[in-house]
Amino acid sequence: MNNPEFFKKIKSVYNTVVLFFILIMVFAAGLMYKVINPSFLSFNRETTQESYSNVEDFNAMEDGIHVKTGFKNDKDLPLVIASCTPCHSAKLVTQNRATKDGWISIIRWMQDTQNLWDLGEHEAPIISYLAKYYGPEDKGRREVLTNIEWYDLED
Amino acid sequence: MQRRKFIRNTVLGTTASILATDFVFSETMPKGYEPLEFQDPDPYRLFEKDEGMTILNDKPWNIEAKAHLLDDKITPNKYMFIRNNGIIPKNIEASKWGLTIDGESARKTKSFTLQELKTKFKQYTYLLTLECGGNGRSEFNPPAKGNQWTVGAVSCAAWTGVRLKDVLEDVGVKSDAVYIGYHAVDTHLSGDPDKEPISRGVPIYKALQEETLLAFKMNGKDIPLAHGYPLRLVAGGWPASASGKWINRISIRNIEHDGTKMKAPAYRVPCKPVAPGEKVKDEDMCIIESMPVKSLITFPKSGAMLKQEKGLHIRGHAWAGELEVKAVEYSIDFGATWKSCNLGKPKNRLAWQHFGAEIIFPKKGYYEVWARATDVNNRSQPMLVPGWNPKGYLNNACHRIAVKIK
Repeated sequence: MNNPEFFKKIKSVYNTVVLFFILIMVFAAGLMYKVINPSFLSFNRETTQESYSNVEDFNAMEDGIHVKTGFKNDKDLPLVIASCTPCHSAKLVTQNRATKDGWISIIRWMQDTQNLWDLGEHEAPIISYLAKYYGPEDKGRREVLTNIEWYDLED
Repeated sequence: MQRRKFIRNTVLGTTASILATDFVFSETMPKGYEPLEFQDPDPYRLFEKDEGMTILNDKPWNIEAKAHLLDDKITPNKYMFIRNNGIIPKNIEASKWGLTIDGESARKTKSFTLQELKTKFKQYTYLLTLECGGNGRSEFNPPAKGNQWTVGAVSCAAWTGVRLKDVLEDVGVKSDAVYIGYHAVDTHLSGDPDKEPISRGVPIYKALQEETLLAFKMNGKDIPLAHGYPLRLVAGGWPASASGKWINRISIRNIEHDGTKMKAPAYRVPCKPVAPGEKVKDEDMCIIESMPVKSLITFPKSGAMLKQEKGLHIRGHAWAGELEVKAVEYSIDFGATWKSCNLGKPKNRLAWQHFGAEIIFPKKGYYEVWARATDVNNRSQPMLVPGWNPKGYLNNACHRIAVKIK
């Protein structure tokens, strides 16, 4: 019963089997994803599917900005990314400014005409996020010129 | 079904765990949607654009120029703005391309190959100004939804093609025709094959103008893919959305065309002026036709510093939709006084015109050079952002550059 050799052997067989199963699972998952998503891992420059080759790259934040999307960091950022970037770029969101009501009407328009789905319980946090970080500022009738890059005009 | 859902949730779960939060994926999201698009091909290389161009949006692609990049009299591809509503089509074979003319007001349905269009009809080349209806949207207050164009969604290239008029007349236009609508092969952002990203058009009188082209060349070469290869409509002086890209069908309609983005509020402004931020009913929105008078100082680039004794040469372009520009003036004192610029005639109708002036500054200091164009109907550009409208179209406010005299 207390045979250490025997246990060692059993453990080694067990480890091999577990490893084998993990490999099969990973491979099967990859294959299934590939079947659904034929361009997965095809490394086509024109691909429109996502691929996460580098997790750190994906996750990178700089000065509170999610580098990959340009979104402001927040606990609800994953909801925003999952709901607001399947069809269009995050840039379409981050370049726009609207009040809470404005964002709601943009979402309704996308639901009515652009195949956006019902956001369910995620709608409220998404709208709060958008209104908080991408709310309007009063620009007046004409703004002062800003960000002028001064240079010497030759000749 | 269940298995697909499992995979989808697993994939999305991975996204969430990468972002290190307890994100649980919404069951309400339909299948077939990918959560992210993270490929980033170099758009400058992909579309052969200058690196000074601004990428407003990468899905769909929307790219604009800056004023000083538009200095050429004929806009080269590298400085031409890109505006897309959908996904740029792939794998286009020009040799198999065809155009079908149909619709209630077509005498018959008739198809042409691209080769037939090129050989059967006389070819014309015109310089045609194309400006996005939303150019200048970024200045509206309260802000308007959409790509936040500043000043660079305008171009004037040499377009070569056949007159739409000749092709429509070959097919036969019934007397009850009121509009034409284009159809193209770009695809909707949602991937829904039943949705057209955009299908606009023009009234029949615009379709029958001599300068309205079915174009297959831009600046003497095949049209670049992002600009509509192998065949596009070019209706100069109107919102550029009327000039459909990648078109394979034109319908002659006996009603105002009702394709995607023809209906309110797209490419429409309130029929009557409204207060900033006012809600406007769909039925009170009117289709934009000719674009308003506008000008751009393309030299020097804003931010020039120079010595007082040198004086400053400025130049740029002016255009006025269907109309000709009658005069361009400049002001260095915020509109207190205006002086005339030299102004050339358009190369052809609907081409932009070039202006220039030599400016002497009275003393050292900070100046803004403002340009103001006036069309033949005596309408001038406003110095302030013009009438607010819900979608932020038609901002033709005066362009200005900053100058410092040392």
